[in-house]
Amino acid sequence: MSASGNWRIAPQPGEVIDRSQKVNFTWNGSPASGYAGDTIVSALMASGVRVMSRSFKYHRPRGVITATFFDPNCSFQVGQEPNVRGAHRMVRNGDDVNAQNAWPSLNFDIRAANQVVGRFLGPGFYYKTFIKPQKLWPAYQKVLSTFAPGGAPPAIGTPQEIFDKRFVHPDVLVAGGGPAGMAAAIEAARTGAKVILVEEEYELGGHLRYGGTESLATLAALRAEVASFDNIEVLTDSVVSGRYDDNWVGVVQRSGIWAKERMIKARVGTLVVAAGLIERPYVFEGNDLPGVMLATAALRLIGLHAVKPGTSAVVFTANSTGDEAIERLRAAGVSIARVLDARKGENVTRALGRGQVSGVEAGDGSKTSADLLITATGWTAPTSLLNMAGDRPVWNAAGARFTPSELFHSSVMAAGGIVGDGTTAELIAHGRAVGIEAASRARGEAAKPVAALIPDAHPALFQSTTVGFLDLSEDVKNKDIVSAAKEGYDSSELAKRFTTSAMGPSQGKLEMVNTMAVLAEATGRDFQSTGTTVWRPPYAPISLGALAGRVFEPDRVSPMQLWHEAHGAKDMVAAQWIRPEHYGNPQAEALNVRSNVGIIDLTPLGKLDLHGPDIVKLLNLAYTNTWDNLAVGSVRYGVMCAEDGVVMDDGVTGRLGDDHYLMTTTSSGAGNVWDWLEMWLQTVHREWQVTITPVTTALVSINVAGPNSRELLSRITDIDLDPAVFGYMKVRQGTVAGVADCIVWRIGFTGELSYEIHVPASYGLHVWETLLEVGKDLGVAPFGIEAQRILRLEKGHFIVGQDTDGLTQAYEAGLGGLVKLAKEDFSGKPELVWQEALAGNYSHLVAVETVDPLLVPAEASQIVENGNEIVGRITSSRMSPTLKRSVCLAHVPASLSTPGSRLTIVLENGDRAAAIVREDLAFVDPEGVRLRG
Amino acid sequence: MLVIDCPYCGPRNSTEFRHAGEAGKSRDVANSTPAEWRRYLYEFNNPLGWVREHWFHSSGCRRYISSERHTGNNEVRWVVPFGTPAPSTTSDKETGA
Ligand SMILES: [Zn+2]
Repeated sequence: MSASGNWRIAPQPGEVIDRSQKVNFTWNGSPASGYAGDTIVSALMASGVRVMSRSFKYHRPRGVITATFFDPNCSFQVGQEPNVRGAHRMVRNGDDVNAQNAWPSLNFDIRAANQVVGRFLGPGFYYKTFIKPQKLWPAYQKVLSTFAPGGAPPAIGTPQEIFDKRFVHPDVLVAGGGPAGMAAAIEAARTGAKVILVEEEYELGGHLRYGGTESLATLAALRAEVASFDNIEVLTDSVVSGRYDDNWVGVVQRSGIWAKERMIKARVGTLVVAAGLIERPYVFEGNDLPGVMLATAALRLIGLHAVKPGTSAVVFTANSTGDEAIERLRAAGVSIARVLDARKGENVTRALGRGQVSGVEAGDGSKTSADLLITATGWTAPTSLLNMAGDRPVWNAAGARFTPSELFHSSVMAAGGIVGDGTTAELIAHGRAVGIEAASRARGEAAKPVAALIPDAHPALFQSTTVGFLDLSEDVKNKDIVSAAKEGYDSSELAKRFTTSAMGPSQGKLEMVNTMAVLAEATGRDFQSTGTTVWRPPYAPISLGALAGRVFEPDRVSPMQLWHEAHGAKDMVAAQWIRPEHYGNPQAEALNVRSNVGIIDLTPLGKLDLHGPDIVKLLNLAYTNTWDNLAVGSVRYGVMCAEDGVVMDDGVTGRLGDDHYLMTTTSSGAGNVWDWLEMWLQTVHREWQVTITPVTTALVSINVAGPNSRELLSRITDIDLDPAVFGYMKVRQGTVAGVADCIVWRIGFTGELSYEIHVPASYGLHVWETLLEVGKDLGVAPFGIEAQRILRLEKGHFIVGQDTDGLTQAYEAGLGGLVKLAKEDFSGKPELVWQEALAGNYSHLVAVETVDPLLVPAEASQIVENGNEIVGRITSSRMSPTLKRSVCLAHVPASLSTPGSRLTIVLENGDRAAAIVREDLAFVDPEGVRLRG
Repeated sequence: MLVIDCPYCGPRNSTEFRHAGEAGKSRDVANSTPAEWRRYLYEFNNPLGWVREHWFHSSGCRRYISSERHTGNNEVRWVVPFGTPAPSTTSDKETGA
């Protein structure tokens, strides 16, 4: 059925539409219109559209059920955005609204054929079909992506939307802006409390908004009172998504000014849950036909959007809301074809019709023509926030609904309809009492009880005598639960997972209680022992964007970063730092280091300044090697292992004075090592006196490397660089480029003669530019991380985390010579004692030469034996500009670790390549002549 | 998210802290058998009930602190500087320490 007619009625006193502002949009490509203030669904209903989507499994036509955010079959594709909740989202000019999961057209859906075979898709279809075999998962995914109720993801290149986060600390946060919630906020604010009032809809008011004139007058007075308090912040179109430890409360703000969606994280004194009640659908044959809707849906469409939902209605009512709907439908011009009153024992057994309600069959077998069937059969208290605070709701048989047990944490309270029934005045009075008490508890005063509201007596109505849909978003029928129970899935949690009932977009709000009722009946148990499943956060859907929010973690840069960028640096991100990967030609940069001199910005190197008399003890504990005899003016390389013997970090530490050392760590390990050293000092050896100051960003670090490095540095420093007095692994302090108090040490990660200069950070750029200026004739040029990685690989130096992994113990990394087992204690010692006893029977880090010298296998390429058995991997690989051949490090088993062993490497394209294990880890200058020069 | 009342800084979100393990583990480098050492490394009592544990206030004062927390409802009933005797709210039997 296509859109037809005008279903808009005369202006209603509480309508939220602006009739002076027409909104034009498209529905499945055809022009459609509504008014500002219309939701997509109300605009469509006003144009006569009744079929909003096709159902998930059986592709049955589906219409409006609740006319709220969680209406199960009213999700649309709007432009690039899938899964838009159409009964909540305001329609905008130019919106391109499309039904989801409908092909080739909504009214003639070829997959409706599934209805015929649907009986073969039994309950547990997903659970049983998809659990195994695992190798068929790709096939399942294909099937699921065709059938899943979702829309299409945004196309690549769609502008990214902005999400944000906010942190607040209210005394009282009220979840739900109906009469009780507004009253609670008002009274809490009156005591001076800082209050946040959160309402899921666009306006405060709850059910008062679509009530009669009396309700609207009460609402106007409450709104005015809320507005009179500066200390109430109202968040509309926002929903409390979860309550966590110590009243950490998440609020999703859907229409912020800055961001598409904002996650508000609130640390709340007292959380007041005033979520009201959710109307419960009734299960009977045809209950999913467009035209079957809840009484509250009819009241909303008429009262808020002035839309007549049909022409002729049968109303099945069990309560005053159903009775009110009869009056309001009549006033809206809908003829009431028949009233079936559950309180008199009357019942509905079938909605008749194909694609749309055309009649209703009553419990007595009589049939009535109608295009609308309105049900008012009971309420569900949305207690999930209370569950998250420890509550286990109890079944109130008289009221036929779960009510809070009041056993939840005292920092959480419930107000209004979620607790029980009352007149509007009684709901407001309850809200006021809770608000006063909530503010009192937030001030730290002892908790006092607030008299609860009692649910009115209500017939227990869940399912008729016929088979219908329990879960309209997941296409689960009542008979499916019965067969699940027969198959042994008879606990509520098992039945839910088996049938997927209550697991769809409505998240149990509509279908949970009916599911439990059917299960209770099928298993012959009562309601309380069947139990609802535990509601877990989030209460409402949250986009992943809002969860991520803005990333507050700052990127770090060295003071020379602007220089690097101005000189052609291609940046990379490593361990929170943005740094130059290279300046255009890493191979040439590496060659220049080997033949002339290069300088590299190593500022991200972790640096810890150590002071105190017990530093040697700390170093002996943290490093695997010995530090007793390190003289002032010397540096030493060390490796740190965790208590499991796994290589954790490495670096050079220099002794600057009697009780003063400078430790360097890897860039990514700086924070961890600092925390770890504090652990030893604060929890294991509290008597040791060592003070650790992180100086990573206080010092700029520049490595000057290459045969001309001594000549270059000698032009700008007063430090005596004569190798006879300033040899390899020595440290000196002095003036560099006029900057006093620089620390210079000689080390050789690149394998070349090199000096690492640590300069007060604000002078870093000056020293950097001076080096380049005075060394022009020496061929000085900057080099980046990539050239450094080539150089160190040529030298056979490993990198923690690259050539080791989370399981590599020290001996496996070839670090046996640095492990001093004779020391009384050091981190990881027991594990390394046991590893050493294996006498080489573990995997080894080795240097590898491919037989084809120009072949560079990708890092992480597997090394195999006996066909496909994986026995090792390439950990690092590069083309060496110095040797004009590929150079690799690899982890191999002991049996393949002896020099000359032949390896088989699996390449990315599946081909195999041969390689030989080398004698020495270093490809270039194994004797270390260059770096000791 | 938990609130931890740091004895140096006052109440702070637990995201400012790094959990530093259950209290009461003893590190015996000299005499542990492999099984004992690996129990020390990897095994925790993790009972449902009151647990004494350590935290490191990494984004705050950078001090190690000790606390007692109920693993069922995450209530923290005391927090003290590391190495300070526990308040006498609990028996050792109760904490399993
Ligand atoms: Zn602190």
